[in-house]
Parts: sequence; structure tokens; C-alpha cells
Amino acid sequence: MQAAEGTAVRNAPDTRGLALRLRSHVVRMTHKGGSSHVGSALSMADMIAVLYGRTLRVDPKDPKWPLRDRFILSKGHAGACIYAALAERGFFPVEQLDQHYQNGSIFSGHVSHKGVPGVEFSTGSLGHGLGVGAGMAMQLRRQGHGQRVFVVLSDGECDEGSNWEAILFAGHHKLDNLVALIDYNKIQSLASVAETLALEPFADKWRAFGWAVRQIDGHDHDLLSTTLDAVPLEAGKPTVIICDTIKGKGVSFMEHAVLWHYRSPQGEEFDRAQAELAKAGEDLVTKGLGDA
Amino acid sequence: MRDAFIATLTDLAKEDPRIVLITGDLGFGVLTSFAANHADQFINAGVAEQNMTALAAGMALEGARAYTYSIANFTTLRCLEQIRNDVCYHDADVTVVSVGGGFSYGQLGMSHFATEDLAILRALPNMTVVAPSDPWQAQELARQLHARGGPVYLRLDKDKAGLPAAPEDVVLGQVREVRQGSDLVILATGAILGEALAAAETLSGEGLEARVIDVHTLKPLDAEGIVAAVTACGVVVTVEEHNILGGLGGAVAEVCMEHGARVDAFRRVGLDDCYPSIVGDQKYLRRAYGMDAEAIAGKCRDAVAQGRKRK
Repeated sequence: MQAAEGTAVRNAPDTRGLALRLRSHVVRMTHKGGSSHVGSALSMADMIAVLYGRTLRVDPKDPKWPLRDRFILSKGHAGACIYAALAERGFFPVEQLDQHYQNGSIFSGHVSHKGVPGVEFSTGSLGHGLGVGAGMAMQLRRQGHGQRVFVVLSDGECDEGSNWEAILFAGHHKLDNLVALIDYNKIQSLASVAETLALEPFADKWRAFGWAVRQIDGHDHDLLSTTLDAVPLEAGKPTVIICDTIKGKGVSFMEHAVLWHYRSPQGEEFDRAQAELAKAGEDLVTKGLGDA
Repeated sequence: MRDAFIATLTDLAKEDPRIVLITGDLGFGVLTSFAANHADQFINAGVAEQNMTALAAGMALEGARAYTYSIANFTTLRCLEQIRNDVCYHDADVTVVSVGGGFSYGQLGMSHFATEDLAILRALPNMTVVAPSDPWQAQELARQLHARGGPVYLRLDKDKAGLPAAPEDVVLGQVREVRQGSDLVILATGAILGEALAAAETLSGEGLEARVIDVHTLKPLDAEGIVAAVTACGVVVTVEEHNILGGLGGAVAEVCMEHGARVDAFRRVGLDDCYPSIVGDQKYLRRAYGMDAEAIAGKCRDAVAQGRKRK
């Protein structure tokens, strides 16, 4: 894969602090909107923080910069986290996040590109993002300017057969400018992934379809950074990074719980969640790991 | 019609390197020349229509002008949500080409009958819906559609109406009068227009002169042209190789009601909201399901009789 032309535009790599800010936004947005999927947004917050804080070549001042990397959130139900990341990255004012889920708002529960700078593609129905990402990767490769396409999928989403069509296609066509990240939090809508439709041996499935595979701790910023820095992991193969995560990560009572796929934090729950995140921010500063 | 369209797309591909033709593993012998001459602009996505359509959307959003290609229901219903969410919501420049409108593949069975596609695709915002009546018309409309850009649904029949080529008379989004008359108007979409014209000749022998209108563009619908013809004739018969629900008949009825056009009688010729369980060639099935020239003439007589009572 060719290096991207032009200047890569990145933030300082304070991704841990960014992840905490994303979590705080997500808890506030789902609280204010009375919306679901807080657990799904929290589980991928570290992945998104590293992507938007370090990896993605994007320019908030020029959202349609032709040489930008493309990012698709295929698990569109966790859109609150992407809106938060875009606001933190400077695509629009953070105050606009308060419009999430409100009457007349463009900040829909499932991520939508219309009127929101920085959102590349709208999703919400699962199993769409990877095929579209493969199409983008195919066309961008033809144009030869080195842009990459990153797609974040959920684990439950991998039940959708359309993903496996795209996985087969991307492997066959050696789309090494395509990177899939799986938020493997092991919990889907009603029960665990293992109880619903077991994905294991998951990494082997991707390998068998011709992908370069890495499975890492999806909350470890150093691992996320070094792995994303190294993509494509193998020349001539699309990359998948299976990120082992915890649903609801960062708020103790939401972690590992199916309940928080749908429940919205209210009253004391909201206060406790924000207090925990604030404490985590103080700890980061104490340890010298961030400025949350 | 299919071969004529591919010939035009091959010409267009020479002029426009952004064109990419993506097939769902169909087109043996038909796409061979395109694939050989434009290898960089041809992708066989395999038997995977959802991915074919998502892929087309992704490529289109990065500057390609994508055409997806398969037999009618595979390129539409099998991947409808990809057409809706990925193509139409994003206003992506994708043309969905379906070969085999209506009973084109009559011996293959109901899985291969395209008899709900027009209604379903017409309901998608941002979508242009076109069903040419002759191969030469498919070629002309393909050029006009390419100039306009997607999202487009292009339904290609195996049959042809058999009218002499007159590309200068074909304008995307406008109906075309192909026979004069003022006792009634027959509006038809697709190659079944030929049956409508044959019915009009039969009726002429009985002293009834039918105006025949080719509605090659179902969306955007030429409301002005349709209302003018309906107003002039009063008795209206629609003909489509498609379910009578939601297609041409429904569209014409909507336009007439909304414009307050005086309609003395209205009949829809088409498949009467059922799934055929028998097979046969296209002519056979049209006859069996009441949409050949004879059946159309019958519906027209019935409509005219009702219209006379009202007048």
C-alpha cells in the first residue's frame, strides 16, 4: 500500500484522556436523550479514541479532504461515541452533542452523515458497513493516493451474512487498504454471543477468508496504537483487529451486563457513572498518562 | 434489449473511465465483450448481491459510476436494504440494472418473475425508475440516464414492443404518445407496450380509437403528460407486466386523483395480486394471466362501456 500523499493531520496522542471524555459524553448523551446502547458505545471508546486521536488522517477544517482516511461505524447504534469523537476532534462544537436524540435533531440514535461534518457514511441496520468499506477501498486503491478505510463492527453484527460476503470479497481482492476492527465485547442484544450464535473460532474464520488477523486487548491504548500503526499487517491482505473488550467498560455497574445494551442511565445511576469517570480522569493525571 | 443496453454501456465505458459494471455472477456470453474490452471496469462480485450493492455504493461514493447487474429479483429484492440505505439515502451514483422484467424468464418459475419490482423501487426516495419498451429505446435512455446519474433502477425486458427507432422522441421523464386516438387512453410501461398497441388495432376495427402512451419513465412520472391524455380521453387503461398494486396503474391513479383529472372509467391490466405457479414462455404467461392483446382489448371494451354510462 502506498503512503498517503499530503500532510497527515493528527492530534497529540493523548488517547487515554480522550477515551474518558468520550465515555463521559456518551453517558451524558444517553442520559439526556433517554437512549439505548450506552454499553455498546463504552466498549469501543478506547478503540475510537486511538483511531480519532492518533490513527486516522482526517482534517476537521476540511472534512471532505480527498486524501483523508475513511471511517465507517458499521455498528451504527453506538453512534453517540462517534459524534462525541468528532466533536472532540474539532469537527463541530462539543455543545452540539446535547442535541443527540432530541426532537428535530440531526444527531440520530444511529449514526447519520446528513448535516454532520466528519461522518462518512450512515448506518443503523447491521451488516452494511464492511461491504461499503470494501467498495471504498477498491475505488481508492484504483485512484492510488494511499487512503485507508477503517470499519468498526460489533461482534453480534457478525451474525449478518452480508458481512461474510464482504469478508470473502475483500480477501479475494486483496484489499490491504481495508481495516476492520471488531468490538468483541461478547454480549449482544439479548444474551451473550456464545449463547446466541457462537463466533469462535473467530480469528480462524477471518484467516480462512484471507485476512491478516490480530487479536488484542481493545482497552490497551499502547497495543491499539502499535497495532494500528502497523496496518496493513500483511501486504496484499485486508486487516482485521479483533478487539477483546468489555461491554459498558469504564462504568463499574455497566460492565459485562446485557442490561446496558438498552437501559439509559438515569438519576443516581447517571451521577455514579459520571463520578466514576471523573475519578478515572484524576487518576490518569496523577499517573501522568493524560490530561482528562 | 439486454444486449442493446450492454452495447451502449460498452460505448459509454470507453468515453467515461469512471464507469464500473458489477455483476452478481450472471451474464454468461452477454458481458463477455465488456469484460474483455474493459477489464478494469468490470467486477464479478460473485453470487452475493448484498455485497455487490454495498460495494457499488462504496465505489460510487469515491467517484465511480457504478452499474449493478443481475436477473430482476436478485439485483433488487435480494439486496433491497442495501439499495435503500447505502445507495438511495446516500444519493450514490449507482444504476441497478435488472434483466428479465415480468415474465421474461417465464419457464424458470416464480423466483425469476419480476412482478413487484416497479412498485417497490418506485417507493424509494431519490430513485429514478425506468422500463424501456424497445432495445433502441433502452439504448437512448441509458445514455440519458448516464448523463443524469444515479440512483437509477433500469428494468430490461426480454421482449420488445417492436416500434421503429425514434430516439429523438424519447425524453427521460416524459411520456411518449405512440398512437393517436381519443375514445380511450392506454398507458403501458415496458415491452408489453406491444400488446397494448395490438389491442388498440383490434379496437380500431370496432370503431374505437385508442390513444396509446409509452410510460418508459415511471419515476419521476410525467404528471402533466398523463393528465393531458387522461383529460382528452376520459377512459383510462393501464398495462404492465407486474402486479396491479403499486406499479404503473397505481402511479397513474395517484396522478389523476391529485390533479382532479376527470376519469370516466379506469382499469388496470397486470398480474392480479397473485404468484403464478405455472410456467411458460412470456407470451403464454401473458395470455394465461390476462395481459395479452386480447385481454387488454377486453378490459378496454369494458372500460369504454362504463365510461359511456357515466357520460
